[in-house]
Amino acid sequence: MINMNDLLKVDHLKTGFESDYGTIVSVDDVSFRMKSGETLAIVGESGSGKSVTALSMMRLLGTGSRIMGGQVLFEGKDLLKLNDQEMCDIRGNQMSMIFQEPMTSLNPVLTIGYQMCESIMIHLKQSKKEAWASAVEMLKKVGLPRPEAIMKEYPFALSGGMRQRVMIAMAMSCRPKVLIADEPTTALDVTVQAQIMKLMKELCEESGTAILLITHDLGVVAEMADRVLVMYAGQVVEEADVFTLFEDPKHPYTQGLLKSIPRLDSDDDAELESIPGAVPARYESIQGCRFYNRCPYATEKCHAEMPLLTVTGKDHFTRCWEAQRIEGGVEEVAYE
Amino acid sequence: MSNENHIRDNNGLQPLLTLENLKKYYPSDVKAVDGVSFQIYPGETLGLVGESGSGKSTIGKMIVGLEKPTDGRILFDGRDISGLSSKEMMNLRSELQIVFQDPYSSLNPRKRIADLLAEPLKVHRIVPAKDISGEVDRLLELVRLPRSSKNRYPHEFSGGQRQRIGIARALSLKPKLIICDEPVSALDVSIQAQILNLLKDLQKELNLTYLFIAHGLGAVKYVSDRIAVMHQGKIVEIGNKAEIFHDPKHPYTKALLDASPIADPRLRNKKKLTNVPG
Repeated sequence: MINMNDLLKVDHLKTGFESDYGTIVSVDDVSFRMKSGETLAIVGESGSGKSVTALSMMRLLGTGSRIMGGQVLFEGKDLLKLNDQEMCDIRGNQMSMIFQEPMTSLNPVLTIGYQMCESIMIHLKQSKKEAWASAVEMLKKVGLPRPEAIMKEYPFALSGGMRQRVMIAMAMSCRPKVLIADEPTTALDVTVQAQIMKLMKELCEESGTAILLITHDLGVVAEMADRVLVMYAGQVVEEADVFTLFEDPKHPYTQGLLKSIPRLDSDDDAELESIPGAVPARYESIQGCRFYNRCPYATEKCHAEMPLLTVTGKDHFTRCWEAQRIEGGVEEVAYE
Repeated sequence: MSNENHIRDNNGLQPLLTLENLKKYYPSDVKAVDGVSFQIYPGETLGLVGESGSGKSTIGKMIVGLEKPTDGRILFDGRDISGLSSKEMMNLRSELQIVFQDPYSSLNPRKRIADLLAEPLKVHRIVPAKDISGEVDRLLELVRLPRSSKNRYPHEFSGGQRQRIGIARALSLKPKLIICDEPVSALDVSIQAQILNLLKDLQKELNLTYLFIAHGLGAVKYVSDRIAVMHQGKIVEIGNKAEIFHDPKHPYTKALLDASPIADPRLRNKKKLTNVPG
């Protein structure tokens, strides 16, 4: 049954890559839902599967990788079942995406104006003249000076921050219902990052666009997100609203992450706690918990049996045997 | 741990490194570094923060002789090293080392760890040939890597482990000053704390002096005693850590602090955003 409040629902998504060693599952049974106007952040380290989740949703995976199971329901339609043309009608129109590298995601040999107008003309069926006017309007909205002049420029003439503003303008030009932003500010300086984050928030509040924000930076999460999904080794290990996650993290990995970031808001010179070890390189074959080798609370059970994502509080889900024992929770999260 | 006792204690304490009106201009009028002066005292960590293009890495490169200054002086242990020939610089390298940002590209992929660590020992004749193997073991232990790492190649290590190898190489020559140029920026969040703690522990154990260059204020705050803030080739503010964070004087420092995300959602609406032109 579809909850009418859900704009988007990802259900048991599983994506794998073919390699010399067989199929490597990089997104393993990921589920979440998003409402209009909500910002959901996915946090995780490199290789945790957060970007592959986004690419799977947009059906932009490269060759060699494939979606092995699950559903991506957008307004009740399973995007994974659409044909290419139907998907093209949604992509860039109702769902759009911003990538980390503003340098490489713009075409260097086409003007900003050409690239801006292209998607407006295709999706909103506007004439070239109308599209040009909407594009200029959009560039103005993202705070770029001299938008008419920028329309005629090539990407190389713009700074990183300006290019990322162009990318946002482009992504927002068709008023998407969902905006997927994959590390949108990682390549930018902090002062520019702050402006870009503020801009994304304002635009989305104005149009009711839901943001899926993918990042490794817990500071950015704290500033932007309503809900947070923590991924580790291809799985969701914890999900909660942003306040709960920072105040009362239940998964040892989330706890470790939060303790290991140097704080700007305290003068405590105490040594940072660090999570020992590193993410296992091959994790599909691990039977138990994938955080087992780095976890301070690991037990025999954790080694032998993979914990399920279970309810550990109000709208708070954790994949951990120890958290379940403490909370007394046994109820598996059912995304129905 | 507090290093307050040896900060700016100029009476009697000679600076280990002094920059005097250091400049680096590139053709076409780019002033990457435009008249920078500061001192670093033995045993302290000076954090150098700034955004991309502010000139902070260029300063690091000039100190270790990888870039020639256009003007100004670099005094190391009281001696001007800015005009040294590459041969003279070579002799100084053992006292002055640099750890780079990217542990993936700064290690030769075709050499085993044992050889990577032995190389500087041989070149600078730090220990007699028969002791090299033992010294490599000691270095690995120093950076908390298992001895079994010796026969492996760089690609077999994770980013954090590779950065440990980079640090071991820098330590092998028993330097007095280490320039850390964004040493944790390329690492995963859960690994960064490991490396920051290692750098702090090593400083205590070996009485090292650091110039810690970074754009992330969190890491700089954690390791530094004093902090210099760079903007467009100039130091706009320098002071001890508490002053910079609690009572920033320069508008750019304030803007930088305001813009840095704080990992606490309860504080999100308390900040005002200052626009930084340029």
